[in-house]
Amino acid sequence: MRKYIINSIFFCSIVAIIVSCQNQETIDLQNYMSNGKDIYKAKCQNCHGENGEGLGQLAPPLTDSVFLKNNKDNLACMIKNGISEKIVIHGKEYNEKMPGFPELADIDVAQVMVYVTNSFGNNQGFVPYSKVSTQLQNCK
Amino acid sequence: MNKIIFSIAIFMLSTAILSSCQQEKKLPIYGERHTETVRDAAGIEKIDTVYQTIPNWAFLNQDSVLTTNKLTDGKIYVTDFFFTSCTTICPTMHRNLMTVYNEFKSNPDVMFVSHTIDFKYDKPSVLKKYAQKLGVDVNKWQFLYGSKDSVYTLAEKNYLVAVGEDSAAKDGYIHQGYLVLVDKDRRIRGAYDGTKEDQVAQLKKDIPVLLAEYKK
Repeated sequence: MRKYIINSIFFCSIVAIIVSCQNQETIDLQNYMSNGKDIYKAKCQNCHGENGEGLGQLAPPLTDSVFLKNNKDNLACMIKNGISEKIVIHGKEYNEKMPGFPELADIDVAQVMVYVTNSFGNNQGFVPYSKVSTQLQNCK
Repeated sequence: MNKIIFSIAIFMLSTAILSSCQQEKKLPIYGERHTETVRDAAGIEKIDTVYQTIPNWAFLNQDSVLTTNKLTDGKIYVTDFFFTSCTTICPTMHRNLMTVYNEFKSNPDVMFVSHTIDFKYDKPSVLKKYAQKLGVDVNKWQFLYGSKDSVYTLAEKNYLVAVGEDSAAKDGYIHQGYLVLVDKDRRIRGAYDGTKEDQVAQLKKDIPVLLAEYKK
């Protein structure tokens, strides 16, 4: 009986460890999402709106998941350096210049990017800071 | 039985008091004021209060047409100061002002006037593009261009909104995000922070109150 109890406790703790390991990414994601939201409010919301709805044809909405997916390796550079060429979002052209945010540290860029790509109906999942940092070193 | 009569009496009394308290709500009048002694039609001297009013103005609008205060005379209007390359508070202000516009766009007595403070870049053609892209290229919402002197003086002395050039600011200009409500007699009746949703909601409530003053 005693052996049985010890065994089951051992088994339970193994399961708990595995579950908590799997959750590390979820925890990071939640972390990035909450910090990213604050950065979004401070830097992006003025033009792109509280719900990523954009503003007329001045600022595009952030709800075009296809665009975000196709450009997922460029998003970090777009956030940091701005955009000066025209882009097509939801089939509409936008050619206003987006200002860059060079004051953002790599980790800030990563967090706000993860926030945008996982809000407003987007669901692209987690991108770690290390990957964003590499992307930012290779901006065109 | 006595108790019932008593409570009915209390109820009626309180209703009467409450309803008599309802006054006609009026918006305050802002700005400087002074008194003048005037003679009325019968020649009797009276003391009259003279309020601060918006002076005559003339600017080019988004269609490069010379636009003057004649366009807003006899109307109430909401005015603000912005510039098209502004990335800080202006987009929020205009997003919010747009909701006000949408609520009153069918009312011929309400107008919207946006002044640019970027006298270097925001020429009428730039304002036109901006208006089109915002989706409000209409007569009811004027986008006005003028010299630095005329616009800045109007903002600070008359509409009581601080504006200025600032090379330290990200976009080169600083300004307050007030939406100023002006009545048909060119007096300032309200100023609402265009970046705050609750104040914009108040503006939407105050416009009908102001309009009601003139319905007599």
